[in-house]
Amino acid sequence: MTISNASPVTLSTLSAALHNRELSSVELTTDYLNRIERHSDLNAFITVDPDSALKQAEEADRSIATGNPGPMTGIPIAHKDIFCTQGMATTCGSKMLEKYISPYDATVVERLKQAGAVTLGKTNMDEFAMGSSNENSFFGAVSNPWDKNRVPGGSSGGSAAAVAAGISPAATGTDTGGSIRQPASFCGLTGLKPTYGRVSRWGMIAFASSLDQAGPITRTAEDAAIMLGIMAGFDQRDSTSVERAVPDYRATLDDSLDGLTIGLPREYFDQGLDSEVGDAVERALHQLQSQGVRTVEIELPNSMLGIPCYYVIAPAEASSNLARFDGVRYGYRADNYQDLNELYCRSRTEGFGPEVRRRIMIGTYALSAGYYDAYYLKAQKLRRLIANDFEQAFAHCDLIVGPTAPTTAFRIGAKTHDPVSMYLNDIYTNAANLAGLPALSIPCGLDSQNLPIGLQLVGNYFDESRLLNVAHRFQIESDHHLQQPTKV
Amino acid sequence: MSLTPEDILKIAHLARLEVPEEESSDYARELSAILDFVEQMNEADTRDILPLSHPQDATLRMREDKINESDQREYYQSLAPETEGGHYLVPKVIE
Repeated sequence: MTISNASPVTLSTLSAALHNRELSSVELTTDYLNRIERHSDLNAFITVDPDSALKQAEEADRSIATGNPGPMTGIPIAHKDIFCTQGMATTCGSKMLEKYISPYDATVVERLKQAGAVTLGKTNMDEFAMGSSNENSFFGAVSNPWDKNRVPGGSSGGSAAAVAAGISPAATGTDTGGSIRQPASFCGLTGLKPTYGRVSRWGMIAFASSLDQAGPITRTAEDAAIMLGIMAGFDQRDSTSVERAVPDYRATLDDSLDGLTIGLPREYFDQGLDSEVGDAVERALHQLQSQGVRTVEIELPNSMLGIPCYYVIAPAEASSNLARFDGVRYGYRADNYQDLNELYCRSRTEGFGPEVRRRIMIGTYALSAGYYDAYYLKAQKLRRLIANDFEQAFAHCDLIVGPTAPTTAFRIGAKTHDPVSMYLNDIYTNAANLAGLPALSIPCGLDSQNLPIGLQLVGNYFDESRLLNVAHRFQIESDHHLQQPTKV
Repeated sequence: MSLTPEDILKIAHLARLEVPEEESSDYARELSAILDFVEQMNEADTRDILPLSHPQDATLRMREDKINESDQREYYQSLAPETEGGHYLVPKVIE
């Protein structure tokens, strides 16, 4: 068997091919390493480690030969460069960590390794995950495989571009305000942000600790179910990891949708939504209705204030988290300084890019004496109102559906000079982070410029199974997720 | 909310960042625009609402006070910009 470009490759088909010995992991891994090389113009990867990947592939082949393979044995994947990988560079898209080699593996990395996955390398991202276009990377912007002049979304832009271009079968991402779902939407993929606490944050470089969650970026909902099953679970090293059994996400994928109620938030179909995106979402809703779901209008009155709330809470937590980068214990240190204060200031100013510095400044201000109540405390109260809105909505529906992003992928450079317009990309996604709810994006069509459109599904706490079930049934009866960019 | 260039220099100091004086008015304009935007929060009435610091109001777990990490000082110090004799080096702080 060879891996063709004609139809998208899924984890389930690769797993079957490996187990049936139709191809070896070494062949598969070599093929993907060559693809990465051929598509280096996308700039999707920051680090590729062929030697280590091939060594892991050889080990995978041995474990298949001895009949003891794990659920992902021999399948190559890529990690967002926010996850610590022992012995391999972990840059977080920043000059600050350009030369940083982590002394340990993140829990997510460790679990996928134990399941047999082969790490191809680390994908490009907005610096410290701060961005919605991947243009804030110290290592340069990433191209969207659907149109190389456009952004892949962010901050998990490299992971999404890699999967969309077929240079990695699947990838990990992180989502603080939409950083898995918006790139998945822009690149025509399935992207899942689990419930806060479902996946361990240990070894995942912190941006905004009360919002950050890791999740998979894949072709299909079934692939997302496979990866989430491995990534999820209690980890005592993460103080907010939730002690709760991980269900078999694959077992419920085919459940009937009959009798399910979908809530449609009035606010998500209002002004600012691109009409082609709105039309595609409507068509997707009709399909779901024909599959047995009932729709009901709901209200999330405070969720449109999610962005201002988010842009206080996230920078505040970031300013505190990023205080650790002081040029003393690890990371970048400036060359010229007279005293300790200058060492701190110069190392941080030279090591961080402009958006990271901007957010640290906003966060520092929001937490400073005299302003805490007006900004941070106000935002936390608003956060409760946003979470309460969802709680009330879920009394009337099983899940909430709407667009993932207000538009399709925009041109590189189009929004770089206006931070606030860039922030509005996350208008439909950030409320799920503020409330801590699971949410997923799946492709639901292409616009007139042949760019993918994303449909967002938001579930109740720990209801990932239902999200994956609905997404899978939707994908069985549609082919949006099978569309691939023609130009790569 | 409108920040002055002087405010910017004060915030930069608190954040241990350098903002050259000639950039302080650009920063003031940019950060003021962001603050104006986040002030939309005031549209929501939050009287008597408890702040939510964490999804699901998670609280920190306690654990037994047992040693669970091994000594990896040398390994960790190999990542540092400058060390000597097991210490991290910084410019002289006390004369």
